Amino acid sequence: MTAPLVDIRAVSHRFGQLAVLKNVSLRIEPGSYTILLGPSGSGKTTLLSILGGFVTPSEGKVFIRGEDCTAVPPARRPTTTVFQDYALFPHMSVGGNVGFGLRMQGVDGATRAAKAREALALVGLSSAFDKKPHQLSGGQRQRVALARALVIEPAVLLLDEPLGALDLKLRRQMQDELKAIQKRVGTAFIHVTHDQEEAMALADHCVVMNDGRIEDEGPPERVYARPATRFSATFMGESTILAGKVTEAGDRTGTVTTPAGPVSVRSALPEGSAVALAIRPEHLMLGGAAGTASLGMAKVSDVVFQGSFKRVLAVSVEDPSLQFIAKLPASTTVQPGDTLAVSCDTDQIIVLAD
Amino acid sequence: MRRIIRVASWLYALAVYGFIFLPVVVLVLFSLQATSFPIPPFTGPSLRWYDAVLSDVRLTSALVNSLLVASISSATAVTLGFLSAWGFARFVLPGSGLLRGLITLPLTVSYLIIGMGLLVLFNWAGVPKSLLAAGIGHVVINLPLCFAIIYSQMGDHQINIERAARDLGASEWKVLLLITVPVMAPAIFAGFFLSMTFSWDEFVISFLLTRFDTTLPVEIWNLLRSGLNPKTNAVGSLVFAVSIVLVVLFELTLLRRRKT
Repeated sequence: MTAPLVDIRAVSHRFGQLAVLKNVSLRIEPGSYTILLGPSGSGKTTLLSILGGFVTPSEGKVFIRGEDCTAVPPARRPTTTVFQDYALFPHMSVGGNVGFGLRMQGVDGATRAAKAREALALVGLSSAFDKKPHQLSGGQRQRVALARALVIEPAVLLLDEPLGALDLKLRRQMQDELKAIQKRVGTAFIHVTHDQEEAMALADHCVVMNDGRIEDEGPPERVYARPATRFSATFMGESTILAGKVTEAGDRTGTVTTPAGPVSVRSALPEGSAVALAIRPEHLMLGGAAGTASLGMAKVSDVVFQGSFKRVLAVSVEDPSLQFIAKLPASTTVQPGDTLAVSCDTDQIIVLAD
Repeated sequence: MRRIIRVASWLYALAVYGFIFLPVVVLVLFSLQATSFPIPPFTGPSLRWYDAVLSDVRLTSALVNSLLVASISSATAVTLGFLSAWGFARFVLPGSGLLRGLITLPLTVSYLIIGMGLLVLFNWAGVPKSLLAAGIGHVVINLPLCFAIIYSQMGDHQINIERAARDLGASEWKVLLLITVPVMAPAIFAGFFLSMTFSWDEFVISFLLTRFDTTLPVEIWNLLRSGLNPKTNAVGSLVFAVSIVLVVLFELTLLRRRKT
């Protein structure tokens, strides 16, 4: 096994009294696209600033290519950052912006211009070399910022909510391009976002953060299908959560008593332990075809048509504080006010130790 | 009724602008007088008094002195003002608010007090009355102004621009020289031209702190002591013209800033 490109070891950080990172450890492999996903205040941006060298952590160490970079200033570490507001130099041409890093390295003008043109071609902006940043659109500025950061060939590229300022359509388009560019250059990208769709679309490795901790990390498919914690089950996609207690423990299966009645699950947790059952909206069934696990009756409170599907909210008859979130086909005839049986397949229930 | 109000408001505007500009108009008009007294009737136009001014060595050397003092003191004031604004905007300093208040405080003190204070201080320190002393006085009055103008334009969005430069490998002085100064150029020029304007026609401090070589306003005052003369009008008009040019440059740099 090769050494990780970035190794964050037990990093904690405090702003005054406020602990924003609590003992975070993370390894990043060369050539990977890592997404730090979390709500605002989860510490993801602070972690990125620590990687970029703009913040020195209160505790812990950061190794990049095996070198201790914990207190190395941004200018001297092998990372570059694409800032959320792009931070282009307004008084320089696009070519001047992209060539700036090389100029600081003492590269001569002709080589600089050639490399800057190459980097601009990579992001599809060859024609913008002589323009000024204010003549470009938001998406184009984003690309210039990307080219400027990539041209000095960093070991790690850090992106701070790079798509946050773009409108939805452009965001999806840039998303695809980012992924393509990353594959082409092979540089490790670390990208901060609060948008779970962005995370699922881009990540090779998805790191879910909450309240200064890493809740879950792994390939996005795994994080979505088998979230490790209740938080990641609700933040990376939606879930219906049933709190319960294991009342019968078998060899590989058990029974959990929930407000919606007893549910048999595939899990070997000991009897008496408190658990949470998470079910993805696309796995819940209302009325009609019944799944192998019954979840009682529920009264439909809201049906929202979303194009390819209908999002249905239903309140459990057994426990009015329990709300089911289901994703039903667009053809469904479910109406608000209907009372229906709720069920799902035992295999689809995610058991989370509480 | 409405028409009366309109006419009245026009008359009022005319009176106000007349009040402000009539002295200047009179000054300029009688600088073109052909005879020896700047009193009606107007006998010009003639450029003989301008000719007299430009061939008067004392006046022309005072003019050069004034330009030197204004440009050097303004350059000093704007450099110091920029550096202090940058320091206050980018670094957390203990008692930052109080120190910022102190640096802008001289704006509220009268030139007479500043001039007298400097006179006493220079006397004590053994600095002779000179153009240098007057220049230092002008730095004292213009530094707070430059600081206030530049500090007000140093927004947070430039912090990320400076960070990006550091991230790309720029050392601190390169960040300052290649990024911060060019980005702040409009505010820096605005501060410079406004300082020039103030220094150019400043009288009290120059009067107190210079002796043999002196600035143009002090020389004009010397001239006035021997009575009114179209020559004083001519030199006054020249001072006014230079001030206008400086103010226009100041406005242009600020306006360009707002457009982008």
